[in-house]
Amino acid sequence: MVQLIIRRIGMMILIMLVVALLLFLINEGDPRLIARSILGPYAQDQQLNAWVIENGYDRSVIVRYFEWIGRIFSGDLGDSVIYKRPVSEIFWDRLGNTGILAGVTFVIMVLIALTLGVLAGMKEGSLQDRAISVFSIITTSIPEYASAVFLVGIFVFWLGWLPGTSSMTSGFDPVQMILPVLVLTLYGFGYIARMTRASMAEVMTTPYIRTAVLKGLPYRHIILKHALRNALIAPFTVIMLQINWLLSGVVVTEFAFGYKGFGALLLEAALRRDIFVIEACGVAAVFVAVFTQTVGDLGYTYLNPRIRFK
Amino acid sequence: MSDVPRMNAVSTPLSRLGASFAGSLRPVFLLRESPVGMIGAGIVLGFVILAIFAEFIAPFDPNATMVPFAYPGAEAPEGGIFLLGTDHLGRDILSRIIFGGQRVLFYATAATVAAYVVGILMGLAAGYFRGYLDEILSFVANVILSFPIMVLYVLIIAKVGASGINIIFAVVFASSPGIMRIVRGVTMDIATRDYIAAAQTRGEGPWYIMLMEILPNARGPLIVDFCLRMGYTTITIGALGFLGLGLPPPDPDWGGMITETRAFVSGGFPHMAILPACAVSLLVLGFNLLADGLREVSLKD
Amino acid sequence: MSDHASEPPVLEITGLCLSYYTRAGEVPAVYDFDLTVAKGESVGLVGESGCGKSTVANGVMRYMGHNGDIVGGTIKFKGRDMAEMSEEEIRRVRGKDIAMIYQEPMASLNPSLTIGQQLMEVPIIHEGVNKAEAFQRAYDMLSAVHIPDPKRLMISYPHQVSGGQQQRVVIAMALLSRPALLLLDEPTTALDVTVEAGIVELIAELSRETGSSLLYISHNLGLMLEVCDRICVMYSGEVVEEGTIDSIFSWPKHPYTQGLFGCIPLPHADKNARPLVSIKGQLPLPHERPEGCNFGPRCGFFEQGQCDKGLIPMEGVHTDDDPAHRVRCRRWEGIDVTEAVRVDEVREPIEVGETVLEVADMRKYYKVRDRSLAALVSGGAVREVKANESISFRAGEGETVAIVGESGCGKSTFAKVLMGLETATDGEVTLDGTDLGGIPVNKRTAAQLSSLQMVFQNPNDTLNPSHSVGYQIGRVIKRFGIERDSVKRKDRVYELLDTVKLPRAFMTRKPRQLSGGQKQRVGIARAFAGNPKTVIADEPISALDVSVAAAVTELLMDIQREHRTTLLFISHDLSAVRYLSDRVVVMYLGQIMERGSTGQIFAPPYHPYTEALLSAVPIADPEVERRRIVLEGSLPSPLDPPKGCPFSTRCPRKLGEICDNEAPPLQTNADRHVIACHIPLEELREVEPVISIPDRDELHAAQ
Repeated sequence: MVQLIIRRIGMMILIMLVVALLLFLINEGDPRLIARSILGPYAQDQQLNAWVIENGYDRSVIVRYFEWIGRIFSGDLGDSVIYKRPVSEIFWDRLGNTGILAGVTFVIMVLIALTLGVLAGMKEGSLQDRAISVFSIITTSIPEYASAVFLVGIFVFWLGWLPGTSSMTSGFDPVQMILPVLVLTLYGFGYIARMTRASMAEVMTTPYIRTAVLKGLPYRHIILKHALRNALIAPFTVIMLQINWLLSGVVVTEFAFGYKGFGALLLEAALRRDIFVIEACGVAAVFVAVFTQTVGDLGYTYLNPRIRFK
Repeated sequence: MSDVPRMNAVSTPLSRLGASFAGSLRPVFLLRESPVGMIGAGIVLGFVILAIFAEFIAPFDPNATMVPFAYPGAEAPEGGIFLLGTDHLGRDILSRIIFGGQRVLFYATAATVAAYVVGILMGLAAGYFRGYLDEILSFVANVILSFPIMVLYVLIIAKVGASGINIIFAVVFASSPGIMRIVRGVTMDIATRDYIAAAQTRGEGPWYIMLMEILPNARGPLIVDFCLRMGYTTITIGALGFLGLGLPPPDPDWGGMITETRAFVSGGFPHMAILPACAVSLLVLGFNLLADGLREVSLKD
Repeated sequence: MSDHASEPPVLEITGLCLSYYTRAGEVPAVYDFDLTVAKGESVGLVGESGCGKSTVANGVMRYMGHNGDIVGGTIKFKGRDMAEMSEEEIRRVRGKDIAMIYQEPMASLNPSLTIGQQLMEVPIIHEGVNKAEAFQRAYDMLSAVHIPDPKRLMISYPHQVSGGQQQRVVIAMALLSRPALLLLDEPTTALDVTVEAGIVELIAELSRETGSSLLYISHNLGLMLEVCDRICVMYSGEVVEEGTIDSIFSWPKHPYTQGLFGCIPLPHADKNARPLVSIKGQLPLPHERPEGCNFGPRCGFFEQGQCDKGLIPMEGVHTDDDPAHRVRCRRWEGIDVTEAVRVDEVREPIEVGETVLEVADMRKYYKVRDRSLAALVSGGAVREVKANESISFRAGEGETVAIVGESGCGKSTFAKVLMGLETATDGEVTLDGTDLGGIPVNKRTAAQLSSLQMVFQNPNDTLNPSHSVGYQIGRVIKRFGIERDSVKRKDRVYELLDTVKLPRAFMTRKPRQLSGGQKQRVGIARAFAGNPKTVIADEPISALDVSVAAAVTELLMDIQREHRTTLLFISHDLSAVRYLSDRVVVMYLGQIMERGSTGQIFAPPYHPYTEALLSAVPIADPEVERRRIVLEGSLPSPLDPPKGCPFSTRCPRKLGEICDNEAPPLQTNADRHVIACHIPLEELREVEPVISIPDRDELHAAQ
């Protein structure tokens, strides 16, 4: 078990380094492009070359890569071109905002999804199962940008209950969180619910559940002690992977509601080639994704006694 | 089947491919047993027909600016009715949805098929040859899949620029590792079957075994996954349009239509953004229902 | 059996009809089923797959799944109609009064609960005892099923113990609340035969001690003989014959029952003088059952106008042994069923030609990388698994050599090395003068490939589901360059279909349209398509029902006879091996324990493992007497084999330390009969035969 954890963490670091290298090559592979993005479109070739030499960008990519990694560890994320400020001054706030949005969504989404998934999978083919399945298939078919429009139409235009944007210009406002959380939850819960349902339904047809039934155990006891324990192993990995998807949804949702999170920052930076902001956002996103995947894998092995006690 | 005496069973590779293609359609024929799947197939087929005959069906030129801010059902000045109204620039929404569907379907299909070709070849090779090749390919897949997918799209499109071919490229890059993983798993499973050993012991080459012996038997999960991925690619193309990274204007694009007009939703003209949003959702729902139906009938088999 | 006539029977089933609902509509799985199980009695339910025997057990448990239903008849448990019980009452009966033991012990146990938890919940739920008491009960029961170290087992998860132990746990679980009735659904089918012997003995012992009644479901008539007092023979959803063991085995009245006996390779069968007689045709699908007698179309005594009309009732036969013997046949009085089984044709034995295949000191080691930190530190990161260790034997033209052993003995690895799917680590595999041992399959020439072909074990795996039968056979002919012209190639495929006795229309069929036996025939046609010199048959009949297996066995031998093919028959089934092979190689844990001619192997001197193996095989003939040897322990891990003789950990005749520490010497008893054992040959020669077979002809004469 300990070895497994060490090996997985080693793998995680390796993937992080490779991903960071990719990000670095895409953004800083050609130093003249950096110079261009900093000096602006009207800079002359000579100016660009001078800038490259002056800032040490004429050295080999690998050397610069490791320097860059070192700087990230010391907290220096470079300066933003758009904001003319150190990236770290903007970045951590934005990341915190996204953390709140994603965290709230995640908790609500997982609770709903697991409950519905278990209820549906318990009795495969029943009315309850069909209703839940159809509902979740419909919600997963509505992308965030579509449901944002629908919900704004209903709650902002028609009912007038909620604000249509979530820019939080006058401080944190929980009411402005409602629509973004709703949009992300609606789109995201269906997948977990369907995986949970499939897992639960599969477990319910296994011979060991038959054994439990024919042992004369009460239904509640069978579900709670025999079925759930096995049925929730597979969805656990899915749930951890869902964080990765949630980060994707966050980009769209933050853009849709003008929420000042890291997704909106990344998009803005990407559109305006703000290289150091792109790098910071990319590294952060991949770090969260790889980290949660590793936790997911390790959790899976921990939950599964067949692997835990080999 | 037995009363087709002229059918040449020991046949040429080309007619074999044809036959195995016909065989791969079997789940599609079985689909009629799943009402959910039939609804999905109906929706998708409807959009396909609209796309193919867009020129004849669409009432107006999708880019022609006529009467701005017309509600659904309003009459057009040169005759005809704006069935779904017009947008802020006075373009007919119905026509834009139809032509937008054409573009979405074209790019989604092209991108998904391309991703499948790459993913299947990588997955077959990794799952059949195993060893170092597998480790390398799997590592590459892990690296790509560790990006949150929309972050990856934003990074790629921001780097290479927004155009149709670049969107196809981005989709192939981002989704072929996922396809590879599925194919690899199925391949490793099928490779242990006795009929693969039988093929090896009659001296078949690796690519014959992968393409003729393994791939046809992997079609079940792949067809289901293909439908799901078509839905997801549709969402992605829409999302890129929505974020302003999609197909260049003025040609209609569902995501772009939503983003251009969503400011008017709370201003009294909700139909302008809601209708294209409905179109995306409906098409994706079609793909998802189709996938669900196909999975259902393949499980029954 | 009638000692307890005063109280109601434990189980009384009358007119039971069970159906499943599928795409094709209602499928009657079992109908008009009567059965009575008295207190303390064990009743066997025997039949081939698809006859509905497991459905009966599910019906008794009222566990028919979401697509099954009880559509008629009554099931009375201790005189109470179970249909009148409430859900809650049924629940209390399940596991307390009626318990069930299943085929796959691993799958029947919950993988994420400890064995202790799964055992303890039975008395906790049914009798409301506290945890300490439940623990004690579970612990005692584990000891009662002869599990060593029950304490450790209580805190183990199911995957941590061996298959035999898992089944013992399932049995313990079933017996915890001392049920009045125990249902056993093929409880030993998934186990190796030496493990099976232990479980069967345990079941017999426990049912004697607890007084539980047994309903034992199996396809194996030999097992019935050991466990049951009475048996019911089922065919296509109905009972065709029932009676006491003695009565049915000595005086079978139904042509199907007799047909089954004709299909089993009993010790007195002989491939030349007394070959197996298979039952023609195949089991009808439930919705294609014929009018009248279900067995009619396959029966040698079928008579139009009599057998194909109306429902055929069970009739009393009243033999000397059993007044209650009943049979479902209109013609039973007028026919002599033993007639059908006699075959007058006596075939000439194949003369064995020159050596075709010679294996000399072949070894196959796998490298297993141990990635644990401890191993990395100590430098022992790569360990070797000796899948095959010094395998030597030879086979002549037209000869059948059987390679026998239980799972994990390395017989399948050996087949892979021969076929080139793996390469030998060391030693030689000479086929027709060429050493093939080191040549992987993709480096072999077409001639080398075509001279050595294989028939595979699993009928559902042997054919590619995506291609037609004709394509799969034709492809072999094309690859080996036998027929380049496509029309001629097609003719050749037709010929091969004729050879394996399949209709030519099968050319265009896909494998899913074929039954298991038919698929296996196509597999044989494919193997023989390239006119091979040697064919390896890896358990070709083990997944088939008896009647189908007999037909496939005979077919294989007919083709072999015609082509003078050398046949390597890999099997765990000693009965089949005795029947069809000329020479036998007995393997255990990757090594050859004993090799010799079939006669030499099946008579003393035996290797102690051969002896145990022989004694473990149930034989469906009450005349045959068999000495019982039950092996202790389970197969050692191939990663950590015993240092000396591989069999030393379980050997009942172990001498002492020498067996643990030194590899056994190869002792030659007679010409080409070699035993690897430390025990001197003189001593082994004095061992009594395991099986004593009375002379059948004398018996017949006496009758």
